[in-house]
Amino acid sequence: MSLDEKSADALAAAPHRRPPVPRWLLGIGPLVLIAMLLGLFTLLNAPGLNKLSEGVPPKEEVAVEDVRLTAGQIAITVRNEGPDPVSIAQVNVSDYYAVFTQTRETMAPLESTTLTIIYNWVEGDPYEVALVTSNGGKIPAVIDAAALSPERGSSFFGLMLLMGIYVGVIPVALGMLWMPFVRRSSASWVRVLLGVTVGLLAFLAIDATLEAVGLVAGSGAFGGPMVVFLGAVTAYLILEGTDAWMRRHQNSTTAHQPSALPPQRLAPQRLALLIAIGIGLHNFGEGLAIGSAYAVGSLALGASLIVGFAIHNTTEGLAIVTPLAKQPPGLGRLAILGLIAGAPAAAGALLGATVYQPALSAFLLGIGAGAVAQVAVKLLPMLKDPAGKTFTPLTGAGVVLGMGLMFATGLLVQA
Amino acid sequence: MPTRRAMLAGAAAFAAAPALVGWVPLDSKDPGHHAGHGTVSGQAAKTTTDGSSAAGAGSSRTDSGHLANHAGHAGFAGGSVPPERAGIDPTAILHDFDRGKTSTLPDGRTLREWDIVAVDKDFEIAPGVTFPGWSYNGRIPGPTLWAQEGDALRIHFTNAGAHLHTIHFHGIHRAEMDGTPGIGAGSIAPGQSFTYEFDATPFGTHLYHCHQSPLAPHIAKGLYGGFIIEPKEGRPKADNEMVMVMNGYNTDGGDDNEFYSVNGLPFHFMDFPVQVRQHELVRIHLINVLEYDPINSFHVHGNFFHYYPTGTMLTPAEFTDTISQVQGQRGIVEIRFPYPGKYMFHAHKTEFAELGWMGFFEVSPS
Repeated sequence: MSLDEKSADALAAAPHRRPPVPRWLLGIGPLVLIAMLLGLFTLLNAPGLNKLSEGVPPKEEVAVEDVRLTAGQIAITVRNEGPDPVSIAQVNVSDYYAVFTQTRETMAPLESTTLTIIYNWVEGDPYEVALVTSNGGKIPAVIDAAALSPERGSSFFGLMLLMGIYVGVIPVALGMLWMPFVRRSSASWVRVLLGVTVGLLAFLAIDATLEAVGLVAGSGAFGGPMVVFLGAVTAYLILEGTDAWMRRHQNSTTAHQPSALPPQRLAPQRLALLIAIGIGLHNFGEGLAIGSAYAVGSLALGASLIVGFAIHNTTEGLAIVTPLAKQPPGLGRLAILGLIAGAPAAAGALLGATVYQPALSAFLLGIGAGAVAQVAVKLLPMLKDPAGKTFTPLTGAGVVLGMGLMFATGLLVQA
Repeated sequence: MPTRRAMLAGAAAFAAAPALVGWVPLDSKDPGHHAGHGTVSGQAAKTTTDGSSAAGAGSSRTDSGHLANHAGHAGFAGGSVPPERAGIDPTAILHDFDRGKTSTLPDGRTLREWDIVAVDKDFEIAPGVTFPGWSYNGRIPGPTLWAQEGDALRIHFTNAGAHLHTIHFHGIHRAEMDGTPGIGAGSIAPGQSFTYEFDATPFGTHLYHCHQSPLAPHIAKGLYGGFIIEPKEGRPKADNEMVMVMNGYNTDGGDDNEFYSVNGLPFHFMDFPVQVRQHELVRIHLINVLEYDPINSFHVHGNFFHYYPTGTMLTPAEFTDTISQVQGQRGIVEIRFPYPGKYMFHAHKTEFAELGWMGFFEVSPS
């Protein structure tokens, strides 16, 4: 009897007496098991599957990432984006087997090699370069019109900095000159202008996305267009998170007094800052595109383009100042906002010209797109009229006008 | 719809203008023909200033000048593939006439027999580039079969490759011996054998090749060779008789060739010039088996030659330095070099030349 009681007690107490397995161990357990299984699988040479790839010829998928021309030389960087190793055995420049050296004889998947080809190219001439692999496959690299690639010296970096200021800082600052106009506008007209801003941002987001997808269309090494959307979603979520964190931080410091703003609305200053950050990220992406286009040397000449480009970007300044209609900031604050929005173009140009990598550029352009989209969404509550409607005929027209403005100024610079 | 990139590009271009203005191309780094020829002609000029006694030495200096400046000519980085590594020796093929195993028939005629095996084999045709070839007897081009007009011929063919193959001979013969699918033995399956039997006629320089469809790859992968029938009464004796088979390699499955050559190995005769002697009669059986391009050509520097189309006549049709041949066309080139030195020969289609169909005759003083 007592024995029965004891055992019953023991049974009942057993779950309590056994020390609980630490949570981290529960998390790591499956990982260890997976690792062991995979190890065993590899050790046994993937039983049943190892003959799967027998007799299948290697796949050669190679993307051309960069073409640089210097006196008597063509340097081409390619990346292996296929599953099998690839060796470049010969280089053929417009049906001529040219002498070359390369940084890597055989590229493992995702590895790249830079081929330096001795070839006395003629300025302005087009070339078709074929990289012949060890299996006789040809990887084409087209040079539309040969031109000397810029040296990456200090003067080059100065030029990139200047370019960033031309296309980023100055236009944005010019656009902010609309501040007085915005201040004198009535509440309903401010809503229209906010609509215009939403339109501008929506255009930028779409345009940056298309641009980024185009950059990686020919290269799937790092997921291709997927990186653009990953970048966009990442930027969107980071900005949302930052915004929520800022709001909570402000709420806790001002908890003793009731908030004047409804919770779904942002303080105009913070909104202007968000817009500036979003546009700044976007301009960073643009700067990358400038720098890389310049570094690659695939440029069409046209002095009018830079002017048109500046006009095109001027509207970004308007977007920043519009939310500030009711609470005009000081000049210093405006200047900071302008720099936040415009200066990243210079940084992007420098980075793009130094380390050109299409997937990275596309990812950063995607970040810009996501940031701009987030700001556009954040602006929507401010469009609400007293009756609580977001899209009235006027604000809707404003959005269309904003997109139309960007589209039209875009046409201006088409050469 | 202008993309932002276009605008950016334009903007960047605007800033690039000053950098472009200051640039002047450097001719001194020319890796093309100029440097090579420049050096050679420079030495020739030196020879004349040295006087006539230095002529011989001058020419040898020109030769070494070429070797030192090989990069100045078209070719692969590091030169052509060494024959032992390539699996093809164009120089050996030049003079390799396969007269077969001979015996005498009851009627007194000569019977010639050959064993030809189709095998799949990899060849390194350019440094680092492997070509998975189909070949007769493990070589591209296949053996050059040599016979005398009127001989009885027996070619024992075994297909050791992985695909259906045939041997189609140019010449006059019965339909069953034509090596055409569906007629006579037709396609010879892997592991199967067949003996082609016919008489050697008409005399001339001919060829043989696989006639299995799809034709282009069955020929272009290497299943071809020279087929020479000498006239019964013979030709005037040549001092140096050779065969040159013009071919190409399509390595990427496109509609053209990535490499061109004579006797199978691109640029081989740039590094191993064809050796001939001054004044001797050089007879070249020239055969075009090029696929994917309609016309091939042959041009020799510093000389003219007599040309016998198809080799079916004993008198030459023309005296020229350039001839062209379409696919399957062939003929005999007879040439004597009056001066010692190194003379280039190549396809006059410069694209083919620079993709491998280029070489030298090296004429030694008699």
